[in-house]
Amino acid sequence: MRYLEDIQIGMRRELGSFTFTAESIKAFAEQFDPQPFHLDEEAGRTSLFGGLAASGWHVASMCMKLLVADGQRAKAEAEARGEEPPVGGPSPGFRDLRWVRPVLAGDTLTYSSEVVSVRATATRPGWGILQSKNVAVNQRGEEVYSFLGSVFLPQRGGAA
Amino acid sequence: MTLTFEDFKPGHFGTFGPRHITRDEIVAYAREYDPQPMHLDEDAASASMLKGLAGSGWHMCSLMMRMIYDGFLHKTASMGSPGVDQMRWLAPFRPGDDLTLDVEVIEARASQSRPTLGIVKFKFSTRNAKGQTISEMITPIMVGRREAAAGN
Repeated sequence: MRYLEDIQIGMRRELGSFTFTAESIKAFAEQFDPQPFHLDEEAGRTSLFGGLAASGWHVASMCMKLLVADGQRAKAEAEARGEEPPVGGPSPGFRDLRWVRPVLAGDTLTYSSEVVSVRATATRPGWGILQSKNVAVNQRGEEVYSFLGSVFLPQRGGAA
Repeated sequence: MTLTFEDFKPGHFGTFGPRHITRDEIVAYAREYDPQPMHLDEDAASASMLKGLAGSGWHMCSLMMRMIYDGFLHKTASMGSPGVDQMRWLAPFRPGDDLTLDVEVIEARASQSRPTLGIVKFKFSTRNAKGQTISEMITPIMVGRREAAAGN
């Protein structure tokens, strides 16, 4: 996590990869999204997806997992430089989330995050809002997922 | 009786739930997908902007998906969704909350490219037992048309 002043538009971080096995697709779907095309190979084949497909919320949850892990890496890097990284705030939400292509069993997604905008907030003095475009591509380099996420970041010396 | 595109008209569609939220499930989701202190630990959460242990926003999304499924999607000719226009996390959800889902149809239009389906744009809102709105999501879902569903 960084201070608002340290953020520049276009800053990009590679978040890492995850392979969606049939087992992990079904486990997530059983809990949160038990539509047949997320649970059963045959139902997936005859659906618009053309195969056993991961729930879009599974794809999104994995992105969050990788974003948090990257934040922890960035924190460790800052501490190694002798800096004291700030604690970030919560997120007010997201926009324009797109499940562009199906994620089928065996697909490996690689996620990245790029800063789109950064601004101070009028409603919370000492804080600002960072907006990032987060993207996942599959093993063929095709974009399968993206969204514009927002998060509160403290200003240097500003946030209580 | 399967609900098809023709069953979704603009206006209030239904209210579903309540769904009781436990501390265990908040922490279990957070451990797996969003291990930030405010979703895992009461003391860290008290010091955060959320002022107490609260579930991950992505857990909220996933729980809404399950409430949508249990409420009506399990008996709907759903063909998936291309995405989410907007998600607003308006207030934290917490252990012990009982969440209600309100479903509104914003618009329903036939697909130009796929005559077997239509696109229904929904606004889904969750609120707690005090009536506080927790989240609002605007999202299109592809739904099969009656003639196409009957042909299957």
